[in-house]
Amino acid sequence: MSVPSGKAWTFGDEINSDVMAPGIYFKESMDVMASHCLEAVNPEFAPNVQPGDIVVAGRNFGVGSAREQAALSFLHLKVGAILAKSYARIYYRNTLNFGVPALIFPKADEINAGDQVTVDPIAGVVENVTTGNSYKVSPIPEHLMEMIGDGGLMPHLKKKIDAGELKTGAAPK
Amino acid sequence: MGNTLIQKIMARASGRDSVAPGEIVTCAVDLAMILDSGGPRKIWPRLDQLGVGVYDKDKVVVVADHFVPAADPQSAAILKLTRDFVKKFDIKHFYDMEGICHVLMAENGHLQPGMFCTGGDSHSTMGGAFGCYMAGFGAIEMTGVVITGEIWSVVPETIKVDWSGAFGPGVTAKDIMLFLARELGMENAFKAIEFGGKSIRNMSMMERMVLTNMAAELGAETGLVAPDEITLQAIRDGGTEPAADALEWRSDDDATFCADHAFNSSTLAPQVAAPHRPSNSGAAQDFEKDHIKVDQAYIGACVGAKLTDLHMVASVLRGRQVKSGTRLMVAPSSKKIMREAAADGTLATITEAGGLILPSGCGACAGLGAGIIAEGEVCISSTNRNFQGRMGSNKAFVYLGSPYTVAAAAVAGEIVDPRNMLS
Ligand code: SF4
Repeated sequence: MSVPSGKAWTFGDEINSDVMAPGIYFKESMDVMASHCLEAVNPEFAPNVQPGDIVVAGRNFGVGSAREQAALSFLHLKVGAILAKSYARIYYRNTLNFGVPALIFPKADEINAGDQVTVDPIAGVVENVTTGNSYKVSPIPEHLMEMIGDGGLMPHLKKKIDAGELKTGAAPK
Repeated sequence: MGNTLIQKIMARASGRDSVAPGEIVTCAVDLAMILDSGGPRKIWPRLDQLGVGVYDKDKVVVVADHFVPAADPQSAAILKLTRDFVKKFDIKHFYDMEGICHVLMAENGHLQPGMFCTGGDSHSTMGGAFGCYMAGFGAIEMTGVVITGEIWSVVPETIKVDWSGAFGPGVTAKDIMLFLARELGMENAFKAIEFGGKSIRNMSMMERMVLTNMAAELGAETGLVAPDEITLQAIRDGGTEPAADALEWRSDDDATFCADHAFNSSTLAPQVAAPHRPSNSGAAQDFEKDHIKVDQAYIGACVGAKLTDLHMVASVLRGRQVKSGTRLMVAPSSKKIMREAAADGTLATITEAGGLILPSGCGACAGLGAGIIAEGEVCISSTNRNFQGRMGSNKAFVYLGSPYTVAAAAVAGEIVDPRNMLS
């Protein structure tokens, strides 16, 4: 698994799923949806975020709805990793299922917008290249490591189905 | 040492004698509810891509409720795809424009104490009112569930919340939840909330469902109410015979809870949550001095437009009129509720007062359908969350209140304590 590295985009506490994926764009394509990701909080984010950039946030990141578009938008924008003080349950599960590494990072306040940050989700190491600080954090939970290593739930299921390790319903005729 | 209700459910679902909080278990899923919003349109392409089908066509329940009735070409296409999926995969239980999913699970006898259920919507927690595990998951995970019939979960700790005492007039389960969002906060991920105490035991099933629905606002895995005779009657009313062991699904007396709260219902006042979060709440009477003018009063959603809710609205509106300059919209939670409210005169009371009846569906609750609001507008709503941008413009302001409080605001044209209108 790669070690994401990029510019930090910082957000506060309780960034909710309705601002990550606004309901009024629900019926649109993921391209359109992702282009509005977080615009109510920071309209500069979606148009300017670069592949590999790191989202840094406060408490209860992703609070709210089950909408997978909230997590998918970050994958779509090619965000490298997410570091938040804590996560809302469904958002956390969604984002890992899409293979976007999300780590619990209590020291989010020590990263400033624009800092260059490197994240090793397997080792549980966050490096702020700009300030020179390095942090040891809890890595991705062990039971999810294989799935994330496979690139998310879909590639993981495919691997297991191809290997005959998974009992599934049969495709309809 | 005893077990909590959720431990017992997850032990059964994972085929173990017992499980402890913090353990990660894989559970067999008894019911997988998927919706037009994040269901077939997200899941079907993934099934095709993997070349597989659904694990059990009797256990996958499909509901079309978020985009109904279609108001634009995209919605119509999503609904058609949902219907095609049901045909293609020979799904047994499909509710097409019958109402909002969480209410339909209850109305149609799908839930039994002890079951392990999943739904593709965060307020799936509502089902926990039946003493089962029911929690919300994103479409990506529901894809996995629909294929394999299994899901992993961390066994949650349980927060016990007891309410005793008699509610004053105009105070409801909704007020409990707006109060708890403030008291317990919105960050209780991977914890379950079990509601108990005498006030809860005296509540109807529809009121209990408000508690478990809004356990989602507290960030919980789910909310639960241990079953009793009221639960069994609700299951029968849904056309299902309760399982023989139904009443055995409860936390042991010596179970360990991570927190234990006890509140007195008699001192609780009607609550209002200010923009933009449910925890931003306080007593309705404290809002009066600010004279917050309301453009729209909305009665809707799974949580806030059940028959009991519509009765609350009618009790405020009887003999009164919606204030000129304020619009009242009412979207009953299901067709059955619409029918019952028509039969008992409730809808007539609402329309005579100047209210507009909308179709049963998610509608404006999540900004998907009729009743969304414009930049700068203020809405007070019986729905469950008021995040920025949820109900239309991200520059609009949504307040939350009980159906009494929303109806009272419709009459006054501003936010007031509804108790003054309950004579
Ligand atoms: S009514 Fe609102 S809260 Fe309920 S399921 Fe629909 S969108 Fe979700």
